[in-house]
Amino acid sequence: MMDRRMWREPSFDLMGKVLQVNWLYVLLLCCLAGVGYIALYSAAGGAPEPYATRHAVRFGIGLVIMLAIGLVDIRVIAKVAWPAWLGGVVLLVLVLRMGHVGKGAQRWLEFGSLQIQPSELMKLALVLALASWFHRASWERMGNPLFLIPPLVAVLIPVGLILKEPNLGTAAITAMLGAAIFFAAGVRWWKFLLIALPVPLLGQFAYAHMHDYQRARIDTFLHPESDPLGAGYNIIQSKIALGSGGMWGKGFLQGTQGHLDFLPEKQTDFIFTMIGEEFGFVGGLAVMVLLGLIIIGGMLIALRCRHQFGRLVALGISCNFFLYVFVNIAMVMGVIPVGGVPLPLVSHGGSAMLTVMVGFGVLMSVHVHRDVEFAAVHDDR
Amino acid sequence: MKRDVERTGIFTRRALLLMGGQFAVLGMLGARLYQVQVRDGARYTTLADENRISARMIAPPRGRILDRFGVVVAGSSTNWRAVLVAEQADSVPATLDAFSALLPLSEYERARIDRDLHRNRKFIPVLIREFLTWDEMAAIEVNAPDLPGIVVDAGTSRNYPFGAKLAHLVGYVAPPNEADVADDPLLGLPGLRIGRAGMEKFHDLGLRGRAGSVQLEVNAVGRVIRELDRQEGVPGEDVGLTLDAGLQQSVLNTLGDESASAVVMDCRNGEVLAMATNPSFDPSVFNSGVSQAQWLQWTNDRRTPLINKATSGLYAPGSTFKMAVALAGLESKAITPSDRIGCPGYLDLGDTRFHCWRKGGHGMLDLRGGLKNSCDVFFYEVARRTGIDHIAAMANRLGLGVELELDLPGQRPGLIPTREWRISKGHAWNIGDTVVSGIGQGFIQVTPLQLATYASRIASGRLVQPHLTRTLNDVMQPGSESDDWPVLGMTDKLLQNVREGMWAVVNEPGGTAPLGRLADPGTQLAGKTGSAQVRRVSRELRESGHFDSEKLPWEYRPHALFVAYAPYDAPRYALSVVIEHGNAGAAAAAPMARDIMTEVLRRDPANRTQAPPAQVAEARR
Repeated sequence: MMDRRMWREPSFDLMGKVLQVNWLYVLLLCCLAGVGYIALYSAAGGAPEPYATRHAVRFGIGLVIMLAIGLVDIRVIAKVAWPAWLGGVVLLVLVLRMGHVGKGAQRWLEFGSLQIQPSELMKLALVLALASWFHRASWERMGNPLFLIPPLVAVLIPVGLILKEPNLGTAAITAMLGAAIFFAAGVRWWKFLLIALPVPLLGQFAYAHMHDYQRARIDTFLHPESDPLGAGYNIIQSKIALGSGGMWGKGFLQGTQGHLDFLPEKQTDFIFTMIGEEFGFVGGLAVMVLLGLIIIGGMLIALRCRHQFGRLVALGISCNFFLYVFVNIAMVMGVIPVGGVPLPLVSHGGSAMLTVMVGFGVLMSVHVHRDVEFAAVHDDR
Repeated sequence: MKRDVERTGIFTRRALLLMGGQFAVLGMLGARLYQVQVRDGARYTTLADENRISARMIAPPRGRILDRFGVVVAGSSTNWRAVLVAEQADSVPATLDAFSALLPLSEYERARIDRDLHRNRKFIPVLIREFLTWDEMAAIEVNAPDLPGIVVDAGTSRNYPFGAKLAHLVGYVAPPNEADVADDPLLGLPGLRIGRAGMEKFHDLGLRGRAGSVQLEVNAVGRVIRELDRQEGVPGEDVGLTLDAGLQQSVLNTLGDESASAVVMDCRNGEVLAMATNPSFDPSVFNSGVSQAQWLQWTNDRRTPLINKATSGLYAPGSTFKMAVALAGLESKAITPSDRIGCPGYLDLGDTRFHCWRKGGHGMLDLRGGLKNSCDVFFYEVARRTGIDHIAAMANRLGLGVELELDLPGQRPGLIPTREWRISKGHAWNIGDTVVSGIGQGFIQVTPLQLATYASRIASGRLVQPHLTRTLNDVMQPGSESDDWPVLGMTDKLLQNVREGMWAVVNEPGGTAPLGRLADPGTQLAGKTGSAQVRRVSRELRESGHFDSEKLPWEYRPHALFVAYAPYDAPRYALSVVIEHGNAGAAAAAPMARDIMTEVLRRDPANRTQAPPAQVAEARR
């Protein structure tokens, strides 16, 4: 059933695996973290404390974790896919029960000094679980609508739990992430339409049941100038800071809006604005190109992988990163509502960095094990 | 196998599709970035500068007020204040408690401080206590470690070296109210004061100066980061007064404890050399706020310390009015200087008898004798012959009962009655009204300033206006030369008739005011007494022979008045003295006038060298 010649099973001693690591990709990630270091150095008013140094240390730790995961056999990772999904759901339930309330929502769990957002871990676990499910799917079974029900439930349970936190943005990202994997796995177009059609109605329903702060966010997004000192302040100030950067920027450490605190949360959500103000359109575009290269790199890893699990996992992780980047940058430019999503590897924040680097570790594992024999055991039997 | 290839193919197609979508989205974001940063960049740059640049005004130093010799009568002095910067205090209540242990803070003050702290951001200093003495400052400095957040800083406050002596004239400053701030944003600056009375009010705009501005870079909460640009304002201009502060002091000394006022003018040009009002008040109190008790004390005092009697105290001029009656009679040719009128001690008009102050009468008198003896019957008759309309016109011309061009707010015009005025009030004008007007009683009301102006005009023959402003920023203002003023339009010969009478009042044996005579025989003073009844004396009381105004309660005694000028042969200075309820002009006011004039002539402020002005402004006439 399989052409054995197609599988190149490398010797795979530790050294061999290390050589298989996509070092170019690691370099891209280091560049992005370096951009983060520079921006955070500026956000602190030209000092490595309190953000930049910690950022570098965290990235260092994250890099080690990423490489360690990258060397783990992808087939082993596949085995933990569903337990991870289950763990994620348990954490989401826990966060609803005992999580810390911030900005009107329960999002964090605290383990000693470590804060984690289960929704971030959940997205990774969901990618693994869906990839694992579709990995086993034969073409015939893909055509069977009943086969699609379990993964759909696997998506809807976490989405529902995240909505309940409530965290609209992450829930939407999670849903889109699930959709991307369904799409890549080959689900028919019309089935998406079937799901997508009721969305406007659901949107109406959701708006009616939203928290006031969520409604305010959407209202502000639609009319930011209506409340310039209130909810619209962030968007307006962010656009002012970006716009005043112009083509070439005001220069490193010369940004006025960020340094004078007009820009809110400049070290986290609005770090891209900070970069845009100091390095201008050219600098902002360069960062976007770097982000784009990382996304494309992930997609290329997916395309080069020879087993469906790895392909779907790599695609899922890349899409997750892309969605992160899109939501953050679109938010600071006033394209979508303010959502509280950081720019991965650039914004200050430990737990986000950790989950992102774990994701890239899995991506790296896919890359290292792109050619391993990983047949779908249930395929067509 | 085929199916797996098919699956791979689908994945590849769809992954590429997703990549395309991602590219498109990123491209869109790039375009949006271009739109925000490059296309709309200029607009956002402006907004960014509006964000971070805060233009603030700097208060210019308030101009000084100087007397004619450059002595400061209103200046600014350092006001040491304790302020609290909340963010520097570990605990605001603890700091305030510690401060209160040193310098007790009233509950009222604590409430105000708490309110201010609540209203302002933590880095804005909040005033705790101002006008600190050296001892208080020392106490704060020594205990500084226990007072985290307390800072002593230097503000400015208005200070008046002459205090109550010039209060009515110089006026005072007080914090502006909301309506003032709406007119001029400069007034919104903390600690800025606005002229509320006197010269401080009249010259307020000039004294204020023009605000400078400073462009500050501020952060989102308004904290100043650095100064970008500074434009110094124009300091307020210095106002030089015609006043001689030293003379003012000695005039006040002369007035003593009387509720009185005196005005000394240069009769050739109308410069006011002294304008004293007794009692007075301490103007610096207004700087920091007047207490209720103080206010009540002032307003309930029947000697009216808050009222500038010189410009707004209204008195019947009494016999001092007789020169106006005489001049009206002479000019209208109702009388001639040599016309003789007999005084039997009274004048009967219909069934009303008008008395002379001397019970037995004066016998036959000409004009000079009438003035010298201040014969009432003589002037009843002159008034009767002249008619009220001529008298009123002459009085107004001489500066009585009209608003003068004095550069001091709060002047009252007084009143010289006319036939029309009386009719407009719904009454007929009786000949009796004319007769009592002849001796400056009845409806007539004038101010001491008007009386001094009246004496000046008689002495100089010019329509001088009293004025207080001599220089502005060292530029001589018009009005300091005699020729700046038009002539009265009466022949000197005509005026000389009343001048001789005034000379006789003081210098001739038998004159009514021998006490007004100057000690130096080489310089002679011409003057006229006046006693103005504040209450009608009934015929019964007068005829009983027991009438003695000195036995009346204070507020029913007549006012004592005196107007004078000197030297007689070359008039230089004119003055008026009004002593409320001082009984008789001759006994109470004339000696004071003599003392004041002696001092004026001794100091001779008009001739003494004074700082020459840098420039002379264009004449206004």
